[in-house]
Amino acid sequence: MDHFRNPRNVGEIPDADGVGTVGNPVCGDVMAIYIKVKDNHINDIKFKTFGCGAAIATSSMITELAKGKSLDEALKITRNDVADKLGGLPSIKMHCSNLAADALREAVKDYRKRQEKHQNG
Amino acid sequence: MKKVYFDHTAGMPVDPQVFEAMNPYFNHFYSNPSSLHSSAQEVRRGLQNAREKVSELIGAKNGEEIFFTSCATESNNWAIRGVASRNRDRGKHIITTTIEHMSVMNVCKYLIKQGYKVSFLPVDNYGLVDLEALQKELADDTILVSVMYANGEIGTIEPVKEISEVVHDKGVCLHVDATAAAGQVPIDVVKEGIDLLTLSSNDMYGPKGAGALYVKSGTRLEPLIFGGGQERGFRSGSENLPGIVGMGRAAVIAKARMRKERLRLTKLRDTFINGLLETISYSFLNGHPTKRLPNNVAVRFSFVEGESMLLNLDIAGVAASSGSACTAKTLEPSHVLRAIGLKHEEAHGSLLFTLGSQNSEEDVGYVLDLLPDIVKRLRVMSPLTPKEVKESV
Repeated sequence: MDHFRNPRNVGEIPDADGVGTVGNPVCGDVMAIYIKVKDNHINDIKFKTFGCGAAIATSSMITELAKGKSLDEALKITRNDVADKLGGLPSIKMHCSNLAADALREAVKDYRKRQEKHQNG
Repeated sequence: MKKVYFDHTAGMPVDPQVFEAMNPYFNHFYSNPSSLHSSAQEVRRGLQNAREKVSELIGAKNGEEIFFTSCATESNNWAIRGVASRNRDRGKHIITTTIEHMSVMNVCKYLIKQGYKVSFLPVDNYGLVDLEALQKELADDTILVSVMYANGEIGTIEPVKEISEVVHDKGVCLHVDATAAAGQVPIDVVKEGIDLLTLSSNDMYGPKGAGALYVKSGTRLEPLIFGGGQERGFRSGSENLPGIVGMGRAAVIAKARMRKERLRLTKLRDTFINGLLETISYSFLNGHPTKRLPNNVAVRFSFVEGESMLLNLDIAGVAASSGSACTAKTLEPSHVLRAIGLKHEEAHGSLLFTLGSQNSEEDVGYVLDLLPDIVKRLRVMSPLTPKEVKESV
């Protein structure tokens, strides 16, 4: 509830190193996660969410969990980690934490793709 | 903390006068009205009186046309299955709309499995039934048309009299679900040409667990519940006397207060709607602006989601409802909001405030002060909000 009332790390990072957007308005949830990477670690992370209370709380929680972690560690964060940290989620809301974990993975993937391009180009 | 209740369509308090009227029927008048002894007589009188009072609320000829049930869902199930079953030798076609309550929708879906054909009439953007489409759908094998009097989710009141004329021109039976409308707006089953009408007790400050079906005399209908032959053989089961007496009392109060309360709520409703639409950009009304239930404020806000608005309102002491199904058991938005042409994300951004007898101007003002900031905060957080909107809010 606290993460819904006072979500952490709301916003976007204009010069982000990686961005992950998942979900669609049809099912009612859209999440975007922005990361800034330094020495292979997540240096800064922000999110934007259109969705229900659980969607907002899970996005806030995953940014807290991922902050300061290495990229490999961040990729290992599962939807259960997010739900557990929040004190559990009703099963109908589990897809929200799934979305949060997916958005983070997409952001890391996006960062790595950009790096490759950079090295190749 | 201030508490404001704006969810009357979902549940209403029982009027203290209703509660008082019910009270003796728990411990004092507990006899079975079917019994022969004299203590049953008093109970029979209470039952008959309730029947008369409910019939007076809807302009029925007499109490004999009122049958008590357990709730509006049962009345809807009975009306549709009862007519379908009794008339299957005449035809197997039923017409209803895309914005009915699930207790109509799901009975129709069941009947499709039983070999009936059901047409779901589309509605316009306000939720009004298209009379021409209705006329075209009516066929020689049509046995029933079921249309709601008013929709509780978007507030729109249907043109029942016009619908009835079209339906009766073809000699077809008309069922009207008046759950959301009864007690709020005047209904006259005779003048409006209604053959079957569903009523709910709790939707007019009566107790839960009671409902009624008006059946115009001569209507071909089979019972839904078989047993000891109560309700003149049409609805068996020992009568729920406290509930029935409460519903009767609720009908009396609703009738007496209707004219004044209707004006008061309509004014409050329009202050509420206009206030929201004026102070919040990209906000829209769901349903018809004037052909509308006096207590219904259904609005939607672009770029934000209903449940997160509801939770924020709840934190501030306001009970409201959303059209978003995230709150229900599926993730699909409400079929009603989809039927009036809203996109998924528009439906998800809908809120429903339903006003009641205890709500004041102060309650409305409280939400008008509160909601713009909530929407603003969620819009800043939403990836769907365009940049120029973010800067303007």
